[in-house]
Amino acid sequence: MTRVPDTDLAVAAAGLVKTFGDFRAVDGIDLEVRRGEVFGVLGPNGAGKTTTLKMLATLLPMDGGEASIFGVDVRRNPHMIRQLVGVTGQYASVDENLTGHENLWLFGRLQGLSSSRAKAMAADLLERFGLAEARDKQISAFSGGMRRRLDLAASLISQPPLIFLDEPTTGLDPRTRGQMWDTIRDLVRGGSTVLLTTQYLDEADQLAGRIAVIDRGIKVGEGTPDELKTSVGSSTLQLRMSDPAETADAAAVVRRVLDEEPVLTPEAGGMNAALPDANRAADVLIALRQSGLSIASATVQKPTLDEVFMAITGHSAEDETDAEMEVAR
Amino acid sequence: MTTQSTLLPDRETAEVLDRTLVARPSLRDTVDQSIAMAWRAMKKMRRNPEQFFDVTIQPLLFTAMFAFIFGGGLAGSVQDYLPWLIPGVLAQTALTACMATGTQMREDMDKGVFDRFKSLPIARIAPLAGPMLADVLRYGIAATLTLLTGFLLGYRPDGGVIGVTAGWALTIFAGWSLSWIFAWLGTVARSAQAVQGIGMMIMFPLTFLSNVFTDPETMPEWLQKFVAVNPVSQVVTACRDLINDGNFSAHVGWAVLGCSVVVAVFAPLAVRSYSRKI
Ligand SMILES: Nc1ncnc2c1ncn2[C@@H]1O[C@H](COP(=O)(O)OP(=O)(O)O)[C@@H](O)[C@H]1O
Ligand SMILES: [Mg+2]
Repeated sequence: MTRVPDTDLAVAAAGLVKTFGDFRAVDGIDLEVRRGEVFGVLGPNGAGKTTTLKMLATLLPMDGGEASIFGVDVRRNPHMIRQLVGVTGQYASVDENLTGHENLWLFGRLQGLSSSRAKAMAADLLERFGLAEARDKQISAFSGGMRRRLDLAASLISQPPLIFLDEPTTGLDPRTRGQMWDTIRDLVRGGSTVLLTTQYLDEADQLAGRIAVIDRGIKVGEGTPDELKTSVGSSTLQLRMSDPAETADAAAVVRRVLDEEPVLTPEAGGMNAALPDANRAADVLIALRQSGLSIASATVQKPTLDEVFMAITGHSAEDETDAEMEVAR
Repeated sequence: MTTQSTLLPDRETAEVLDRTLVARPSLRDTVDQSIAMAWRAMKKMRRNPEQFFDVTIQPLLFTAMFAFIFGGGLAGSVQDYLPWLIPGVLAQTALTACMATGTQMREDMDKGVFDRFKSLPIARIAPLAGPMLADVLRYGIAATLTLLTGFLLGYRPDGGVIGVTAGWALTIFAGWSLSWIFAWLGTVARSAQAVQGIGMMIMFPLTFLSNVFTDPETMPEWLQKFVAVNPVSQVVTACRDLINDGNFSAHVGWAVLGCSVVVAVFAPLAVRSYSRKI
């Protein structure tokens, strides 16, 4: 028997590439996930998040690069990788024809648990995930949030040391989303390592210790949520002047108060400015009033993925999707 | 950046984080996993009882219908036709049931739960072998009902309990073996409808260009040649020998061998194309 030396890295991937025809969906991504951390992969729709995760989970062959999980080579030992990683995909992958309990029992049995142990684990997981009442309901009767939680529970039945979560809350309503976040935090307290993907900066911020930002198959930034947010300011002040002719004057006031250049937006009289602290918005508004400049609207917004993209890449994630769609047309 | 990967592919087991990992599932694991998958398929059948239509209605209907339509014309009377017909219908229903196995497998594979099966450390054959195992129940029902309908119409085979049981078992084994062809089709076809369509194209010549309904001696010579090599004819002849005469003839040996060859060829093909399909 070989003992793989303990490594501090749960995931070590270098130069991952996946091509579909001529299209490079993942174009040389490096990832290092440390043991015990929650690592977030943040990127817009179509960035290559799912494809990256699938390659690491042996669900798609890699077209280039190298990856290992806890020191085990992904390409050469796929069966071992599957014993180390619990995968919760973007779309719930549980059996519609079975009940919640039967699903978990089956996945337990398939992974070598005895029947009684699988039953106990299933009951325990259903309890932990707030699904105890639905244990004997067929999945077709489950709500979206319940399916997602059951799906997550299904990835945990063999207690894998590493868990992949692909967009765990996309499509969930805000309350269910909060519940899912709590569940994920509990997992991490239990010592699991989590690699999750998301389109939402606030989700990555809530859950992840470190984040990689990817865009069109390329990693464009990496850091802690704080580092990323600092690069964009903690929030944005969105202003719209009543009289578009006053825009330049207003911009000068904003620059003076915040010591920061506002970005003019396409609509007449509109501009956005990064705020180091949301409270500074009041200073801007007071200064505008004192200069006799009248505003039509003012909003303070937490930074979005789009602003992170703006700050890192200098272009907007939205623009790019539009541009791509136009190319497609 | 370099990745540290110390494992060689030929190592059977490795210790990682105090867990023992295996490089591939053992035979024992494979059997256990296939049985768990069969359990899943059984649950699914119980909750979708329409999956039993082809193995309940059809044997009843076909046996009675063909007996009354062809009986008088081909053998003089229904009574005299039954020893010829029943083993033939046995094979025919088993083959029809096979087709449904492939169609359903294709449908099943498009479902989300198969994504999870792929991510689990299980034998690649288990998700296919499980439903195939569960379908033995369907072939069992079909064979039993066909024989019962025959008995009801006055069929009294001379093969005795052993001969009839052996013919019944051979039908089930043939159904299970041939279903690997349809399982393979299920893994390569683009949709369940395609499996159904291709299945029909295979099934009709196999059942009608055989000795299921009538003695091939009345057929043109070129057709007789096909009928002789048609595996369905082999199975039907073997069943006739067993059920009507209690005779474990060479045909039985050939039928069993032929079916085994089908499994040996199509099971690996099916697993291979299933593993490639992502
Ligand atoms: N099987 C496939 N065939 C062709 N293109 C694909 C396939 N899977 C994904 N893509 C493309 O690869 C890109 C990345 O997809 P994906 O990894 O799913 O993105 P994300 O998960 O970040 O939304 C997308 O443009 C998508 O259309
Ligand atoms: Mg995705």
